[in-house]
Amino acid sequence: MRYIEPHGHMISRTTDDYQAMVAAGCAAVCEPAFWAGFDRSSADGFRDYFRQLTVYEPARAAKFLLPHFCWLCLNPKEAEDLALAHDVLQMIPDFLDKKNVLGIGEIGLNRNTLNELKVLEQHIELAVKHDQLILVHTPHLEDKKKGTRLILDVLRAHRGVTPGRVIIDHVEEHTIQQVLDEGFWAGITLYPDSKSSPPRAVDMIEICGRDRIWMNSACDWGVSDPLAVPKTAFEMRRRGHSAGFVDEVLFQNPVRFLSQCPRFVLGETPIG
Amino acid sequence: MSTSRPPRPTGLLHPAAASQALVDTAFVPVRAKLLEVAAFLDRVERYGVADDFRCVALREAARLLVDGAPERARRILEALSDPTTEPEVTSSGKAALGAWQPAVK
Repeated sequence: MRYIEPHGHMISRTTDDYQAMVAAGCAAVCEPAFWAGFDRSSADGFRDYFRQLTVYEPARAAKFLLPHFCWLCLNPKEAEDLALAHDVLQMIPDFLDKKNVLGIGEIGLNRNTLNELKVLEQHIELAVKHDQLILVHTPHLEDKKKGTRLILDVLRAHRGVTPGRVIIDHVEEHTIQQVLDEGFWAGITLYPDSKSSPPRAVDMIEICGRDRIWMNSACDWGVSDPLAVPKTAFEMRRRGHSAGFVDEVLFQNPVRFLSQCPRFVLGETPIG
Repeated sequence: MSTSRPPRPTGLLHPAAASQALVDTAFVPVRAKLLEVAAFLDRVERYGVADDFRCVALREAARLLVDGAPERARRILEALSDPTTEPEVTSSGKAALGAWQPAVK
């Protein structure tokens, strides 16, 4: 089988993970900018992070024959500091022409605050101005439903946003349908304890259809599984879905969305 | 998702076999998770923390498992969600907890 890992925070993973993903059929990995586990103290910390995402991590992935792409932003968890956000947003255009940059993300909301909304709007404006794809993080747990509604309202209020060029990530059963109904793509994140499990993800595909949906592990430094996507392929096959169906959901769908960025080009067929 | 019972999946290679396999492979793991819920509710009572708002929310949400209506997962997620619609003026600085609790005035 072959699959795309459209959301993996690989700077926090080991080389063993790269080997395992490639052996399982991973054809490309895409790394959104995210929270480092601590609040960075200045914009310079982000400049170094963006260099890591655009220079060093793709080189590390290449050692395992895995194409590496990334998204750039200031994560909503650090958006309460408006001065820091301003400085980081000013810097992002310096990196948008790097060859592995797919767009602006993962932007969104964390605790659904006014400051987070302001920074979200600024990121959307930046993406529209530079004709970038958008990857949106929706809040955790009890904040997801309200946050998703607020995010969709902000996106729809901007005339320059094309819903088909935006993916709303971390959807669950109570948010997926409104995301799809309003024309956006939906990302299902497969986590051991929160977000979705492989069986629930397959349920959502069976109920909502397979169009405009991708699945990802969002593997990072927390409790997560870099092989969650191929394990979901196993769940689909076990239920009787065809290999073609699995390929459509786990490979062709993300390729379809990501190919809207001309930089997303895959090389040879993966090893797995 | 709609509020009506969702259709059975289409496009399966062997629908009948897949339906039986669904129970055969998933029953024991799900049985274990149900026992974890039961043991957790017993445990928080023994430790005197059953009135924690999250435990209360969990007991309320668990009622939806056996009310006979479809879309249990969606409805449980809804039950555990913040029902308000306005943005928060300030951040609490804390992480989400898994169940909603009204802010103390």
